[in-house]
Amino acid sequence: MLERDISETLQQQVHNAVSNGTPLKIEGGNSKTFLGRETHGEILDVSGHHGIVEHDPRELVLTARSGTPLKEIEAALAEAGQMLAFEPPHFGDNATLGGTLACGLSGPRRPFCGSARDFVLGCKLINGKGEILRFGGQVIKNVAGYDVSRLMVGAYGTLGVLLEISLKVLPRPAASYTLIQECTQAEAISKMSRLLSQPVPVDAACYHAGHCYVRLSGSEQAVKHAHQNLGGEVIEKSEPFWHALREHHLPFFGAANPLYRVVVKPAVPPLEIGGEWLLDWGGAQRWLVSDEPIALIRERVAMVGGHVTQFRGGAGNGEIFQPLAAPLLVIHQRLKSSFDPHGIFNRGRIYANL
Amino acid sequence: MPVSKDGLPRSRGVHEDLIRKLRKLLPPEDVLTDKEDLRPFECDGLSVYRRLPLVVVLPETIAQVQAIMRLCHALQVPVVARGAGTGLSGGALPLSDGVLLSLAKFKRILHIDPENAMATLQPGVRNLAISEAAAAYGMYYAPDPSSQIACTIGGNVAENSGGVHCLKYGLTVHNVLMLKVVTMEGELLTIGAETLDSPGYDLLALMAGSEGMLAVIVEVTVKLLAKPERAQVLLAAFDDVYKAGEAVGAIIAAGIIPAGLEMMDKVAIHAAEDYAHAGYPRDAEAILLCELDGTNAEVSEHIMQVRDILHRSGATEVRTAVNEAERQLFWKGRKSAFPAVGRISPDYYCMDGTIPRRQLPHVLRQISLWSEEYGLPVANVFHAGDGNLHPLILFDANKDGELARTEEFGQRILQLCVEVGGSITGEHGVGMEKINQMCIQFKAAELSQFHAVKAAFDPDGLLNPGKAVPTLQRCAEFGAMHVHHGQLPHPELERF
Repeated sequence: MLERDISETLQQQVHNAVSNGTPLKIEGGNSKTFLGRETHGEILDVSGHHGIVEHDPRELVLTARSGTPLKEIEAALAEAGQMLAFEPPHFGDNATLGGTLACGLSGPRRPFCGSARDFVLGCKLINGKGEILRFGGQVIKNVAGYDVSRLMVGAYGTLGVLLEISLKVLPRPAASYTLIQECTQAEAISKMSRLLSQPVPVDAACYHAGHCYVRLSGSEQAVKHAHQNLGGEVIEKSEPFWHALREHHLPFFGAANPLYRVVVKPAVPPLEIGGEWLLDWGGAQRWLVSDEPIALIRERVAMVGGHVTQFRGGAGNGEIFQPLAAPLLVIHQRLKSSFDPHGIFNRGRIYANL
Repeated sequence: MPVSKDGLPRSRGVHEDLIRKLRKLLPPEDVLTDKEDLRPFECDGLSVYRRLPLVVVLPETIAQVQAIMRLCHALQVPVVARGAGTGLSGGALPLSDGVLLSLAKFKRILHIDPENAMATLQPGVRNLAISEAAAAYGMYYAPDPSSQIACTIGGNVAENSGGVHCLKYGLTVHNVLMLKVVTMEGELLTIGAETLDSPGYDLLALMAGSEGMLAVIVEVTVKLLAKPERAQVLLAAFDDVYKAGEAVGAIIAAGIIPAGLEMMDKVAIHAAEDYAHAGYPRDAEAILLCELDGTNAEVSEHIMQVRDILHRSGATEVRTAVNEAERQLFWKGRKSAFPAVGRISPDYYCMDGTIPRRQLPHVLRQISLWSEEYGLPVANVFHAGDGNLHPLILFDANKDGELARTEEFGQRILQLCVEVGGSITGEHGVGMEKINQMCIQFKAAELSQFHAVKAAFDPDGLLNPGKAVPTLQRCAEFGAMHVHHGQLPHPELERF
């Protein structure tokens, strides 16, 4: 693919949309359209805005245009022995960097190494006035101005069109082992929660189909030593398992019933909601396949201080994301109009009135 | 000046009304108006900026904070929130017609939850106290700004404080889960959650480093980490600053992320050695301190690798701290670098720019050229791992024009940081101090976007007005002045 900077074309399209009052639907690789509420509008195709702008492995920083395919970025990093440490799910072959950050998705490594937004250092975007703005930078420490770059992560394109993103990247661990142990969900939760307060080199932990999986990563010696301490059986070639978990390729995710993402404190005991459970993020992100009404699921989860996203199988005009408290929604609406005063970007993608 | 019904100037009428009403909301001893009582609040850690507030309030409950905010909002009186006052950019500088809201009474640790690896705190809890309380569970709170004995968690969030371990463990923004904040309108909001993420926009990221401009923080939930099994520090000496810089890149290129990676130049080494007797080699042009932490096995493995890299990078000497006492001593020298420099010069001005690491040789060379040009010595202390440069410009404020020259020198350093792709502030914040330099780092449309973000939280602009983000008019004036050899405006002027 050719390296291309089409920011001026995109900017012109935003200007036109503003003057014609046309809403825009921002699209990258179209891999995560299933996620969130439906949005209607003229398509603003960012996928042609492509290319790694800068990657100096010694700086631990990579800057790329938003339409760059995630796999291309990961390949370039792998060549330098590095990685995106938040282990983003792709959910499709065409996933782009921009879409990944707009959706703010992170994989199994998240509770131990940080989330997508944690690794964002800066961005270039087009706001709803058609202005090209830069926030943050390419340095790890930077407290000049509000942290607008991180605000863009998980905003689903409702605040602006991401053009360029700078990320902190990390070296790949020298060694990685996955340990497996048969147990109940409750046992897995307490086992995984204990890992949080122990100095062990864990970088993923999940519970699936009666087994607890713990991934150890670090130097060869560190991983070996931790295995001796923790016990459990080592799975050879565990990479496909974690990949399938991250990409929702495990049979669990193939069910026709709705899929919910339930986020709770990791030590919360098993929730009594009918359906099938798979626990990732050491128990902090729990996947639920269930036919129970969403209102009931939200009520139960709220009792333990968590929140629920209807990840797959929700109505495009429904309450996909957990509704916000009224005063918080007011702030969201004001922020939305501060970035997008004409309300042209991805209308209603997160909430009906945003 | 408009005159109110009772014949007093309008502002005086409002102020008397305000104080009377504040006294109804709080016990009398928690509303301070006497000059002598106001004095301790006239500045933060950047004492060149001083101003007495109209009144200081010391609430103790969230309900009191809400009531104070509602009152001030109704009377349209500006509010500046303050934690321990250790900030280094004048962010907590009071307003002479405003309320200074001290969170000093909010100092309880509300809950330590080792099972979920988190702690809930009132904003006035000291940074170090969190780790002390978590130690019973083998855990700690990672960000460790050098003022951690005194600075409070509320202020840490407001400034997005760093420390010496940022490269590996992140800044405050990476270690906070949830905040309770009170808006200027007196509304109590929960931002973030006890869970790893929360629905809606990432307001938590906006609040971190917002310098008291968006809302008042009244409760903080932070992430706790397991204490590493072992931490070990290496000290390497170099006969050339640039070789030390190269070594930093080489360590990172080898796939090792040190817990801390600090560099000091000769002036800083000598000052620190005289002060702390850390055993630093006096003949070195630069030293690197490299801390490695993790499991026993991992640390052993990495120490061997790093020693090797340091030698190959031309280190004249590499020492490993033989025990915890020596490790503490190595750090003591670094952590006391600021007061140490304070002893060798009547005054010093601490800069806080960040740069991409590869620019270090270029930037240091330029700083040393300017140092000669201005006749002002510089001690360089550098968080080398994360590119955060702290040049300390040594000067004597009693010498005519020396402060002005120092400020001009400092401004050129920050401008250079921006030019090479860095930032005017890595961890100290903009506050009052760097408000003009914001005009260098950001374009008008970007500054306008910042103002719009503030307005979403504080439509009337009553929270800490005049700080952190300059008005476009101010930038225009600064631009004009900048042409005239960068003469900075006087600090005593109002900066709205």
